[in-house]
Amino acid sequence: MMRAASFQRELITPEGIDLKLVLGDAGERVAGFFLDLLVILGILVGLTLLLVVFGWATSFQAPGAMAVIWLLGFFLLRNFYFMAFELTPRATTPGKRMTGLRVAMRDGSPLTANAIFARNAMRELEIFLPLSFLARNGTVIDAWIGVVGLVWCGTFMFFPLFNRDRLRVGDLVGSTWVVKAPRRVLDAEVGQEKSNDLRAGPAPARAAIAFTDAALDAYGIKELNILENVLRRKDEATMRAVAQRIRAKIGFPDSLPDAEFLNAYYFALRGRLESRLLFGKRRNDKYEKV
Amino acid sequence: MLSLSKHDDANANLNPNRSMNEDRPLTLKSQRFRAEREADWRRLESLLADLEAGHRKRLSDDDVIALPVLYRATLSSLSVARAISLDRNLVDYLESLCTRAYFFVYGARVTLGERLANFFLRDWPRAVRNLWRETLVSAGLMALGTVMSLVLVLRASTWFAVFIPSWLNGGRSPNTPTADLARTLAGSHDGNGLSLFADFLFTHNAQIALTAFALGFIFCLPTGFLMLTNGRMAGAFLALFISRGLGVPFGGWMLIHGVTELFAVTLAGAAGFRIGWGIAFPGRKSRLAAATDAGREAATVMAGVVIMLAVAGLLEGFGRQLIALTAARYAIAAFTALVWGVYFYRPNFHRSGK
Repeated sequence: MMRAASFQRELITPEGIDLKLVLGDAGERVAGFFLDLLVILGILVGLTLLLVVFGWATSFQAPGAMAVIWLLGFFLLRNFYFMAFELTPRATTPGKRMTGLRVAMRDGSPLTANAIFARNAMRELEIFLPLSFLARNGTVIDAWIGVVGLVWCGTFMFFPLFNRDRLRVGDLVGSTWVVKAPRRVLDAEVGQEKSNDLRAGPAPARAAIAFTDAALDAYGIKELNILENVLRRKDEATMRAVAQRIRAKIGFPDSLPDAEFLNAYYFALRGRLESRLLFGKRRNDKYEKV
Repeated sequence: MLSLSKHDDANANLNPNRSMNEDRPLTLKSQRFRAEREADWRRLESLLADLEAGHRKRLSDDDVIALPVLYRATLSSLSVARAISLDRNLVDYLESLCTRAYFFVYGARVTLGERLANFFLRDWPRAVRNLWRETLVSAGLMALGTVMSLVLVLRASTWFAVFIPSWLNGGRSPNTPTADLARTLAGSHDGNGLSLFADFLFTHNAQIALTAFALGFIFCLPTGFLMLTNGRMAGAFLALFISRGLGVPFGGWMLIHGVTELFAVTLAGAAGFRIGWGIAFPGRKSRLAAATDAGREAATVMAGVVIMLAVAGLLEGFGRQLIALTAARYAIAAFTALVWGVYFYRPNFHRSGK
């Protein structure tokens, strides 16, 4: 992972393997929260419309019952929307899921209902209290109290920006954190995207090209990964540019089509780097000594 | 476990005897590694997709048995892949798949029913008992507020407006005639709109309780203030009705639900205090660990508080409006006090055994 190591956290499974969790960053979390707010707002609007239609159909015979349903719906959404979703096995709300995040206990243990309750009850302090200061109206003094209150609440709103683990006040109290849990797809092996059978790849061209040791020592793992990305994305212009650069660097004649050349070079380079890796020699990028 | 040996044995792939396959398209060891295991990963992925979406019934017995085996095999693949493969897409995929599987395999194993049973039979009463000090402080502050405003309003009725904002007094103020005041205490038998009233009271009170809890984080002070305020409001009303000789009926009117509601708000305050105190004075623990411990206990109490407030809302909206007899109101108040008292603070004879 090329991500800054400062966001990577160790989580060692009982089997002894580090899963290398990566914390969700502030931008993703804010985006997730706003998406959730949109969902809540959408449900609320839907509920209101439904009640209006229902009321219109019954010519508003039972305004009390409608108000009960609306008030209760609002209360449940405000306080239990986040909890209900985080209690499911996915441990994530729709907004968080869209931004590829999930909630986890900081010590890697199973997520408890308590922790989820604590982390979400604290939203009262982080979001709704500032909002209530914002909605204050009245005399000049009241307005100033509102401003001071808002500044003071900012401490809690922006709490995640001031600690290493990006913990919200709720995370602190619930002993949780929010980690990245992107849904990744396993693509086919590079250069074999078309056929389903892995063993029927377009082999002949590749076997024919021989690169010199010097040509294969030109790059390291970082460059290999970039080349992998280029090959998977299959953008003509990019492939052209990359192929030109590599050819120039290793002094290879311009005899093969770009895709074929890059494929061949990719596997040759990967083979060489991997076999060196087996001997414990990891060459992270082209600047490291061979 | 025997089936695992194939996957665990990373060396099998590095075995020089296999190099006779070099002429095949899959020339790299990491490619052969992937080809041999990919089916298992895909199967784990589809099982997880079903489980996470809650389609537990879609899984056959074989699938359920295979899940932990597949998980360990994939975890082992990840470990090997990190060591031998430079295919970024593959390693990223395995990392994400293993993380998902880990959270599922080692996730909570109790069902919702067990969770609820544990909560009501064990966790909630125990958490409330453990918070007895904070509960006393919280109740003390509320009592202080009550007595303070009681004395002040009895002495000079102008204090009433200070403690009760005009939008909250519901037509009850020192200027209201005694007959009208007495009428507010009566029940209404038509039952119309009562459910709305109960609902409104529940959501309003639950919101206040949650705020009291969350505010505890700020070193207890706002929670303390909220408890005082709550007490002051009760005291001001009490003083108003006592001054008109309506003290006893008012007591019944208020306590029928107030026992439950005030107790719930007291507990919410106590939960807030627990968190604030834990953060302000963590003792030997780190501040983070102290906050975590406090949070776990306080959250349990708070989940219960919401339930208590729902009960209080029902008692207030239905019980109080339908039962107008003061003696009956006191009886219900005493009964609820007994129930909550026994439920939370009964001597636990099994404690030493556990």
